[in-house]
Amino acid sequence: MTLAEFFSCSLLAFGAPIVMFAMTVATDPVRIIIMIAAAFGWLLSFLLSSLVWYAVVPLRSYLVFGMIFAIIFQELFRYGMYLLLRKTEAGLKEISENHEIGSNKLEMAYVSGLGFGTMSGAFALVNVLADSIGPGTLGLSGGTEYFFVTSSAMTLCMILLNTFWSIIFFSGFDEKNYLKILWVIISHFFVSFLSLLNSRELYAASILPSYIVLMITSYIAFRCAGGSSKTFIQSFSARS
Amino acid sequence: MSESGSDLDATEHTALMDGHIAEARPDRELAERIARKRKTKSDNQRSYGSVEQIEGGPSGASIAQQPRVPAAPVEPQIEELELKYGARHVIKLFVPVTLCMLVVVATISSINFYSVKDVYLAYTPFHEESPYASTKVWNALANSMILLCVIALMTVLLIVLYKKKCYKTIHGWLILSSLILLFLFSYLYIEEALIAYNIPMDYITLGFVLWNFGVMGMIVIHWKGPLRLQQAYLIFIAALMALVFIKYLPEWTTWAVLAVISIWDLVAVLTPKGPLRILVETAQERNEPIFPALIYSSTVMYCMAAASPAPGAAGTVEGEGRDGTEAGGGEAGFDAAWRERRDEGAAPRRLRVDSAPPRYVTRLDPPHAPHAPPHAPDLDEEKGVKLGLGDFIFYSVLVGKASSYGDWNTTLACFVAILIGLCLTLLLLAILKKALPALPISITFGLIFYFATRSVVKPFADALAAEQVFI
Repeated sequence: MTLAEFFSCSLLAFGAPIVMFAMTVATDPVRIIIMIAAAFGWLLSFLLSSLVWYAVVPLRSYLVFGMIFAIIFQELFRYGMYLLLRKTEAGLKEISENHEIGSNKLEMAYVSGLGFGTMSGAFALVNVLADSIGPGTLGLSGGTEYFFVTSSAMTLCMILLNTFWSIIFFSGFDEKNYLKILWVIISHFFVSFLSLLNSRELYAASILPSYIVLMITSYIAFRCAGGSSKTFIQSFSARS
Repeated sequence: MSESGSDLDATEHTALMDGHIAEARPDRELAERIARKRKTKSDNQRSYGSVEQIEGGPSGASIAQQPRVPAAPVEPQIEELELKYGARHVIKLFVPVTLCMLVVVATISSINFYSVKDVYLAYTPFHEESPYASTKVWNALANSMILLCVIALMTVLLIVLYKKKCYKTIHGWLILSSLILLFLFSYLYIEEALIAYNIPMDYITLGFVLWNFGVMGMIVIHWKGPLRLQQAYLIFIAALMALVFIKYLPEWTTWAVLAVISIWDLVAVLTPKGPLRILVETAQERNEPIFPALIYSSTVMYCMAAASPAPGAAGTVEGEGRDGTEAGGGEAGFDAAWRERRDEGAAPRRLRVDSAPPRYVTRLDPPHAPHAPPHAPDLDEEKGVKLGLGDFIFYSVLVGKASSYGDWNTTLACFVAILIGLCLTLLLLAILKKALPALPISITFGLIFYFATRSVVKPFADALAAEQVFI
């Protein structure tokens, strides 16, 4: 039973990202490299935020403090990835055999967002998943039986949100449209603060609004990438 | 220029000895490769990897048949090709490194045997049994110094043997090492796996399976065989060695050894009097390909089998060329060069001193492109980026050790750090175009992230996960 829970939770959280990786990133070496670089960037940002949290000993039990710095550092590193990718665009074109790389300006934004999100999701969920295999589970004598499922659902939400945030972020900086950047930052803070309700087991209040934000963000990202209702319908038709 | 004469000799194959990352291919070949793209398709089928060293000499003839691309249009193309080659080969290295780490991590998490410390190697007499940190530190340093001396001694021994042309001794040594690895250590591994999963098996079946496995491995590593099979065996062997290190080295010694080996790597490959460099220069003087395992004297036990170069492997040169990287666009770059690399044996590894700098210069200058290195373009194609087996072993040791503490965040962090280090090393390779040590950057990143994640990030991540707070 615990094994079933392990598989279902891991697939819930990582199924969509794995498919996104396999279909869009795995085929092109440069994208894989960018994705790993973005994962590394997220790791660095998390390291810095952990340092801050660890250093301020009295506030360690108040995760809000650590969380605020984590979000700030993540957005800073997202900006860092933006600068890095824009500056090395020419170089990337050369090392890639795919001559269209960089033709869609937000391609790198998508890949780096996916890298950020996957690393963020992995760090959030991997230990939880490893524990879910073990003998025993939550909800029997303590805790709630929905712990693993809700963690996985929130992880999926965060992975996808990170992907879309990067797209909107990069697009915002490219067009100097600061409203987009503001949306990214505000929605990031909003979703993270909502997740504080999880400790009180108010899952409906935290997960539902997060997914609503995900829907809105995905729509904005779709528009940023140049999509419209026409292209959306076209994507369902068979491509030659 | 001296390059034209030495070009024939100092092929990348010679440069590759275990553990180094060498620049692949010359630009001219790339241009020709593009011209020949279609032609090589049919040769793809023949993806037999042979262990023979490809010599510059015999390949001279085959080179003559290669079409010469006109110089001018080739120039800008060459620059581009040189770089393009980069991303695909980075991935070709990512995949095997990841696979090796996966095998090691999977084994460590499921088979308890490799995390339990009962006996130690004779090379590490200080067992870190004291409760005081300072004692452990000097124990670890002493152990790692002893290991380093053993490795250095073996390397020097190899150089002496090579200089005295005792090829048979070297071959025998390498074959013995791979025999031990493929039979004895595989047997121990299978035995522990059976115990861990509580699977009963009779000796007859086990003997049958082991015999086939071992003989297949010997054939594929020392002679010819399908490329994928060879790659799989090499990955498995590297994983076995890494597991041995993880099991038999005391805790702090493992980390000390990793750090010390990285420094040794840097020194041996880059300094003018470094042993590896001397070895390569000797090989070049003699116009011979260097035996893969020559550079590394692994700690006695685990020399990986070296390639048994068959002089005059002109015929196979063509074949190898074909199944090389170009044709093997799909093959993860484990071509002949790779095989060579694997030799190293456990400790040794990698990197190699590059004798090629002059060559590379020649290659890179567009005007020289037409008269560039004479060896078969095919050969060069398959070269790709090479990575010594020892590099695999030490990367896997780092990640395996990180995973043995049970925290998956640490394992992931080390994994990503090592991959990024590898990426940076390859980038440096593309820029500097000479053989570089593959260990220092990756191991440094890996160590930094291991200690940082374990002490600072883990508590934070655990606190967040427990409260289900998502950042």
